[in-house]
Amino acid sequence: MRAALLIAGKDLRQRLRDRSAVMVAFLVPLGLAFIFDLTLGGLPTGGTRLTFVVVDADGTEVSRIFVEEVLPQVEEGGAIELRTARSEEAARQLIQDAKADAAFVVPAGFGDAVQGTGGGEIRVIGDVDEPTAAQVAGSIARSFAADLDAVRLSVATVVGADPAAADPEEVAALSGRAAGVANPVAVVDAAATTKVLDITTYYAAGMAVFFLFFTVQFGVASLLEERKEGTLSRLLAAPIGRSSILGGKLLTSFVLGVLSMTTLIVATSLLLGARWGSPLGVGLLVVGGVFAAMGVMALVATLAKTAEQAGNWQAIIAVVLGMLGGVFFPISQVSGALSRLSLLTPQAWFMRGLSDLSGGGDWAVVLPAVLAMLTFGAVTGSVAMLRLERMTRL
Amino acid sequence: MSQPVLECRDLRKTFGDLVAVNGVGFTIAPGETYGLLGPNGAGKTTSISMIAGLLERDAGDVSVEGKPLTTTSVEAKSAIGYVPQDLAIYPDLSGRENLRFFARLYGMHGDDLTRRVDEVLEIVGLADRAGDLAKEYSGGMKRRLNIGIGLLHRPRLLILDEPTVGVDPQSRNSILESVDHLSAEGMAVLYTTHYMEEAERLCDRVGIIDLGELRAEGTRRELVGLVGQRDQVVLALAGNIEAAARACSGIPAVHDASPKEDHLELVVDEARKALPRILETVADAGASVRAVEVTEPNLEAVFLHLTGKALRD
Repeated sequence: MRAALLIAGKDLRQRLRDRSAVMVAFLVPLGLAFIFDLTLGGLPTGGTRLTFVVVDADGTEVSRIFVEEVLPQVEEGGAIELRTARSEEAARQLIQDAKADAAFVVPAGFGDAVQGTGGGEIRVIGDVDEPTAAQVAGSIARSFAADLDAVRLSVATVVGADPAAADPEEVAALSGRAAGVANPVAVVDAAATTKVLDITTYYAAGMAVFFLFFTVQFGVASLLEERKEGTLSRLLAAPIGRSSILGGKLLTSFVLGVLSMTTLIVATSLLLGARWGSPLGVGLLVVGGVFAAMGVMALVATLAKTAEQAGNWQAIIAVVLGMLGGVFFPISQVSGALSRLSLLTPQAWFMRGLSDLSGGGDWAVVLPAVLAMLTFGAVTGSVAMLRLERMTRL
Repeated sequence: MSQPVLECRDLRKTFGDLVAVNGVGFTIAPGETYGLLGPNGAGKTTSISMIAGLLERDAGDVSVEGKPLTTTSVEAKSAIGYVPQDLAIYPDLSGRENLRFFARLYGMHGDDLTRRVDEVLEIVGLADRAGDLAKEYSGGMKRRLNIGIGLLHRPRLLILDEPTVGVDPQSRNSILESVDHLSAEGMAVLYTTHYMEEAERLCDRVGIIDLGELRAEGTRRELVGLVGQRDQVVLALAGNIEAAARACSGIPAVHDASPKEDHLELVVDEARKALPRILETVADAGASVRAVEVTEPNLEAVFLHLTGKALRD
C-alpha cells in the first residue's frame, strides 16, 4: 500500500505540473460550463413558471369547473401561474406587455353549448415569441375538452339520443355527477426521474462528467507512458509488487477524478450559481461516476498498444458516451429509443441522478443511478484488471 | 573465495521461435566487475532482465546473496541496483525528486534518505542542478541521473546495461570512473557493453555472449590465451638495428624479431614483463631506443576468433 501511495503521489505531482491535465480536469470544463450558461442560461426550462391569464366570459357551472378547479390544480403543480382578466382584449394586452405567456378565453355560451348540442370552445391565445407556452396552454385546454366529451357521452348514454327531450334538471344532475367522477385534467406531479435541471446546473454537471472521462485516463494511461519512457522497468526492478504499481495508477485516476469533480462542483456553485443538491447525494454520484469512468477508460487503455493510441481511443469513447449520455443536450427528452439507449452510458445515469436530486429528493434518490454507475465500473474494470496485469510485464 | 553476490545458471528465454538466451550462467564475487560483452542482439539485455527480476525466465536459476530471485522476489531485489540501457527517469520531476521517489520505493526515509540523495547527487555530479527538472538536463546529465538512481540504496549488486550508449566522451569517462570506484568499494558490478575498450578497462572478468549463448568467460588474459595470440613490441631505434634484432632473438620470451629501416618489430609473450630485459639487450647491442609501442591482443580478436565475426557486425 505504501508503494502504491508513493506511485500515486508521484503521478499526481507530475499531472498537476502538466498544464494539459490541469486544463482538462479543471479549466476547460469550468470554462465551457460558463459559456453554456452565458449563451443558454436565459432560455426557459422545465423549472420556469409560465404565466397564463384566464377570461371567463361564460360564467356557467361548466366554465367555473375549468377556471376554478382545473386551472388552479395545474397551478398547484408549479408549472404555471394564473392571472385573470375581464375581457379578451385585456388578456391580449397582458400578453403583448409580456405580463403573461398565453391566455384562455372561455366565451359566453360555452356552458350551454357543452350541455346542449355541443360546439363549445375554449380559445387559447399565445405569444408568437413563446410557442412553448401556447402549446402548454393548448394541451391543458384540449385535455379539459376531452374530459367534457367523456361527460357528455356519459349523459347521452343515460338519457338517450335526444337530450333535448330529457328533463333539464335530471341532465344537470347527471352532468354534475359525471363531472365529479371524471378527473377533468390529470395534473400529475412529475416523478423525480423526469425532473429537469436548470440550464446552469445542467451544463455545469454535463461538462464536469464529460471531462471526468478525460481526467481519469491520466492515471491508467500513464502505465503505457511508463513503458514508453522506460521507467516501468525500473519500477519492476524495485522491491515492490506489481499490484502496487497497478494500485498506484488506479489511485491516481480516482484522486484526480474526485478532485476535478469536487473543484468543479464548488466552482460552479460559487461562480455560476449551479444548484447541485444534497451534498451527500452529489458525493455518492461523484464516487459512482469516477468509478465508472475509471473502469471504462482503463478498459480502453488496455486495448491500446501505445499511450498515444490509448489517448485517441479514450477521447473517442469519452465523446461518444458523453453525447449519448446527454451531457450537451437533454437526450432523455428527445425520443423514447434514444432515451433508453442513453441509459447504456454512465453519463446518463449521472445526469439522471442529479436530476432526481434537483427535484428536492434526499440523498437516497440517487442510489439507483449510483448503483448503475458502480455496475458499469465493476464490469468494465474487472475486464480491465485482467488485462492491466499483463501490461506490467515486459 | 567469499560467497558470490550473484549466481545465475542455465538461463533460458524464448520469444516465440526465437531463442534469445540459452544456457547462460556465471557468478560475480563482491568487488568484482563482470562484463557481458557481445554485439547488439546477442542476448545481453534479455539476460540481465532475467537477472534483475524484470522478465520471467523459461528455465534457470538466479540467486542474489544466496536468496533466490524471481520477478516477484522483494528481498532479493532489494540487493540489486538496476540501471537500464534506455533512460528511465521522470522528465517532469527534478533530479532530486527523481532520486527521492526511487529512494522511498526502496524503503529509505527520513534523514538517511536526505543524506543519501545528497551523496548520490555529489557522486553523479548533479548537486548544483538538483532542483532543475530532468527534462532540462543535457544527455550526459540524464545518463548520470539514470545511474545515480541505481546507486541510491547502496546495492550489493549493480547491474548496468550499456550505460554509455549515446554519451559524450567526458560523461562516458566519468561513468567509467564511477564504476571503477564502486567496484573498489566492494560492490559487485554486472556491466553489459558492446564496446570492447570498456570491457577491457573496467572488467575483472568478461563473458562473451553471442546468439544467446555464453561462448567463453574469464579474465582478459585468459580469454586472449584462448586465441593464442602474443603481444607485439615496436622499438624505434637509432644505431645497429640488425645487431639489436639478433640479440633480442636470444631472449626466451621473444618469438620473433624483425629489423626494419628505422625500427625493430618483436613478437613477445607478456610484453610488459619482458620489456625491461628487451630494452637492456637492445642497449647492449649498441642501439638507442627513441620510442616504444606495445600492442597486446584484444578482446576484439577474441570475439572474432570465437564467433567468426567482428564485435560491431
